[in-house]
Amino acid sequence: MLDQNAFDLRKYISRNPQSVAVWIALVVLIIFGLLRYDNFGGAYNITSFLNYNAMFIAISVGMCFVILTGGIDLSVGSVAAFTSVVAAYLSPYGIEVAMPLAILSGIGFGLFNAVCIVFLRIPPFITTLATMLGAKGGSLVISGAETIAVDWGSNFTQLGMEKAFNIVPWTIVIVGILVVGLWIVLEMTSLGRTILAVGGGEDASTMMGLKVNRAKIFVYALSGGCAGIAGVFLASGFGAGQPLEGVGWELSAIAAVVVGGTLLTGGLGSLPATVAGALLLGLVFNILNFENGKGWISFSAYWQMVIRGAFLFAVILFQTRVMNRQSKVEFAK
Amino acid sequence: MTSLITDEPMRTDFTRRLKQNGGLIALGIIILFNIIVTPNFLQAQTLAVNISQVATIAIVAMGMTLVIATGGIDLSVGAVMALSGALAPLIFQSEFGTAYPALGLVAALLFPLAAAFLCGLFNGTIVAVLKVQPIIATLILFISGRGIAQVLTNGNLQTFSNPEFSYLGTGKILGFPFQGWLALVIACLLFWLVNRTIFGRYLLAVGGNERAAKLSGGPVRKVKIGAYVLCSVLSGLAGLIVVAINSASDAARNGNLMELDAIAAAVVGGALLQGGKAPIFGAILGAVIIQLVKYTLLANGVEDEVALIAKAAIILAAVYIQQARKE
Repeated sequence: MLDQNAFDLRKYISRNPQSVAVWIALVVLIIFGLLRYDNFGGAYNITSFLNYNAMFIAISVGMCFVILTGGIDLSVGSVAAFTSVVAAYLSPYGIEVAMPLAILSGIGFGLFNAVCIVFLRIPPFITTLATMLGAKGGSLVISGAETIAVDWGSNFTQLGMEKAFNIVPWTIVIVGILVVGLWIVLEMTSLGRTILAVGGGEDASTMMGLKVNRAKIFVYALSGGCAGIAGVFLASGFGAGQPLEGVGWELSAIAAVVVGGTLLTGGLGSLPATVAGALLLGLVFNILNFENGKGWISFSAYWQMVIRGAFLFAVILFQTRVMNRQSKVEFAK
Repeated sequence: MTSLITDEPMRTDFTRRLKQNGGLIALGIIILFNIIVTPNFLQAQTLAVNISQVATIAIVAMGMTLVIATGGIDLSVGAVMALSGALAPLIFQSEFGTAYPALGLVAALLFPLAAAFLCGLFNGTIVAVLKVQPIIATLILFISGRGIAQVLTNGNLQTFSNPEFSYLGTGKILGFPFQGWLALVIACLLFWLVNRTIFGRYLLAVGGNERAAKLSGGPVRKVKIGAYVLCSVLSGLAGLIVVAINSASDAARNGNLMELDAIAAAVVGGALLQGGKAPIFGAILGAVIIQLVKYTLLANGVEDEVALIAKAAIILAAVYIQQARKE
């Protein structure tokens, strides 16, 4: 029994063959960066890179859970913007008040999604599209369509701007705990099993008596909560609640999940690989910035969108090839 | 028991009628509300303004209806609008376009539509051949289409003065905006396509039951690709109209959030997200409702932000009612 529960790297890889690519790509890109740019491996670049990408990692892991059930959450960007405004308003009361309440408001949106999807049976894509609009409208209404400055006197901005023990940014500490905790939930609890089972086949899961609704409510609430965390990071790191931020974040998150090898149809995927996917996407832009700095080429910000789309396309091509190979193998059996 | 049996047909008949004509009833309520509340609603100018704005939504929504009929969705319509809208001024303001204005004008109409055609081909191929979910497949162009448009224009607002081109968005026939007539003509053509051609038969068959359509020898791939191509070309046309209305092309704003309007219009008009139905004139009805809701809120001083929330509520309500109808 012990053997079965013990972590087996080979087994893990054989279960998630499509997520190996992202690790290889990540390592290759890091080595490329280290060799080509002087300051790439410097402490400043590493910590600011991680600090900036902490919010994308947070929404990506939330998105990963949703996609594992075969759903999608398009509302994360708007919800993050909304929670950043909430956090900014609550910042005078300190991080210990602002953060939980802001995250709670994110969970509120997630629960709204869950109710529409699970009980009203509105497709996830439509529900979260509507929430995306609603949260955007909501954040513009409560902020008066202006950025809301945080209270610099309280400890609120320490979260996004300072480091734990002067080594690791606080945002990364929190995201690290989040990822490890969720990984345990996914790999070792019955809830995690159910989430994977729902993505594998919802009707079959229901017939087996699994708590399908509970799993679905959990993933959407989680995704909303993760967007809430990202919103707090945004407000804390940039010193303002930003109702207009978050445009396109859902795409980054989906791309990170897909790059990490999680199947869009659900049922198969890896949380660590999603983190790697988020880092990889961030790294592409980090390297683009360095390349611009070298002066050989000059990519305007508009190219970022084109490259992001091309990247997604490449990954989808890769994933469909892996999928076809797998289904052929299964067929042969 | 007897009362139940005798009651049942009447009640279902009533609720069915209510659901089938929900769109028309909603439209009636909105118009009535406006006549009472909104100042100057019953004026020719109000009508003209609304027609000129609703035409683009309607044109895109009709294309979206075709895609939804196959059980798909196209998120890239707004990006395709931006792309085609960015290309047109680039062409007729180029050296060639200024040297040969007539040829330049033709090219400025044809090339953007050709680009939109390619976008549709791209979407359709990924969906039909690679079998990627439509949401994800069209996400690629949703992200990068607008990016390409912005790269082409360097993110600049392109302003121009070209009366011939602007006719697309500002011209009038019998007192009504040109693009309104255009939308009507397109609707008639698509209605014929869906209801009177083999393509239309297979379009509905693919959405109704893809496996069955395939097993019965239907050209599933071609039909699907065709639907995405039509949707993209119509979006490209809508992009040109928006640019013509404004006499300016802004790649960052042209068609922004149009995918939401188009999906909402198609769904309000009675398209089933599962596929198998293509109510072309329903899409126009849906577009008119969406436009009137927008207009009503704006005309009565409600802020844009609240209008967003209202739109979200409409989408959810429409899909929920539709869902209930199916069950």
